Amino acid sequence: MRAGSDIVERPSPDRIREWLTEVTDPEIPVLTIEDLGILRDIRQEDDGVRVTITPTYSGCPAMMAIRMEIVRTLNARGIDRVRVDEVLSPAWTTDWLSERGREKLRAYGIAPPAGKAQGKSALFGEPDAVACPQCGSERTTRTSEFGSTACKAMYRCEDCLEPFDYFKCI
Amino acid sequence: MNKLEQQQFEYLLRLGDSDLILGQRLSAWLGHAPVLEEEMATGNVALDLVGQARSWLGLAGEIEGAGRDADRLAYFRDAFDYRNVLLAERPNGDYAYTIMRQFLYDAYHYPLLERLSASADERIREVAAKSLKEVQYHVRRSSEWVIRMGDGTRESHDRIQAALDDLWMYTGEMLTPDEVDQALLETGVAADLERVAGAWHERVREVTAEATLVIPDESWMQQGGKQGRHTEHLGYILAEMQFLPRAYPDARW
Repeated sequence: MRAGSDIVERPSPDRIREWLTEVTDPEIPVLTIEDLGILRDIRQEDDGVRVTITPTYSGCPAMMAIRMEIVRTLNARGIDRVRVDEVLSPAWTTDWLSERGREKLRAYGIAPPAGKAQGKSALFGEPDAVACPQCGSERTTRTSEFGSTACKAMYRCEDCLEPFDYFKCI
Repeated sequence: MNKLEQQQFEYLLRLGDSDLILGQRLSAWLGHAPVLEEEMATGNVALDLVGQARSWLGLAGEIEGAGRDADRLAYFRDAFDYRNVLLAERPNGDYAYTIMRQFLYDAYHYPLLERLSASADERIREVAAKSLKEVQYHVRRSSEWVIRMGDGTRESHDRIQAALDDLWMYTGEMLTPDEVDQALLETGVAADLERVAGAWHERVREVTAEATLVIPDESWMQQGGKQGRHTEHLGYILAEMQFLPRAYPDARW
């Protein structure tokens, strides 16, 4: 222990959570990790702060960037020892997207998940109506099951004819 | 490792290696897929599979307890130590062949993960439950493409029928339990392959019927991938996949 540093007020988990609102998903930069629901736990421990996150998808390439960003953000606030754990369970679901997150997605041009994630989907079960984030029309057609990232599908609006991404339910 | 751990290790390698090799195969389409939408879909499915492989191989390394992590297992084993099913290492062929290979795998992968989500081993349950959510979209996409091609033009129909005929003999081993599957089924850890096979046959029948395809007559089934006896294709896949970490063992991102 460094001399003179033994009496330091430790920031509360709530405070840390507030700081971590600066950390966003590098692939959808309007969403914070809190909006996404991937920030699972924050703990003050004897040997530093432990932050627990969960991946949206098993192969999500953003996890490393997010982990580094968490460490960097907390280091900048004077917390030197940060440990970031990844857990798989309970598995992330789009139901954890915050209401604010859904609104941000829509404003960003990505249709938020329609309805609840189901445990089991029928083979060709279609989601509830996916509204176009541009004009709000529900006359939309899926053009591909996968979009620019694993979490999105591609749609086209039959009214305003704009193609758009849909954040699919998992 | 005691005998049970040895069997668990083998079982996890089968899960992880099959995902990894198929993911590696799919990523070879990047830059070559027939349409942009499929370029992205193929890349995303590959990414899911490689991500799942990392979870399974990580778990395999933990059980082995010899300090090998997922990367070590992926990059520093030779073909005879790989335990992927032979279907996964089939060459990409034309797009119909890639789609049919994917469909036959997805139709097995989904019910397999459903069963594993109820495994007696908590760590296996966690990975399976996570993966299952992803694979529901894989099987939906590949089913749709099989129908679109089978019930499409004469050319697309003939090509995907030829793919089904050619790949059929590689579907047997993933649905047939061996000693490892059996032993782990008895401890409640492994999936019951008879139940998986039932779900697989049902889906394959349903989708091929809609696609106006004919399922080949029961034929001789090629075995061996799960025991490390591979076709000549695997060596070439590994040569490409493992080149960098073997040439530069200390390379880091």
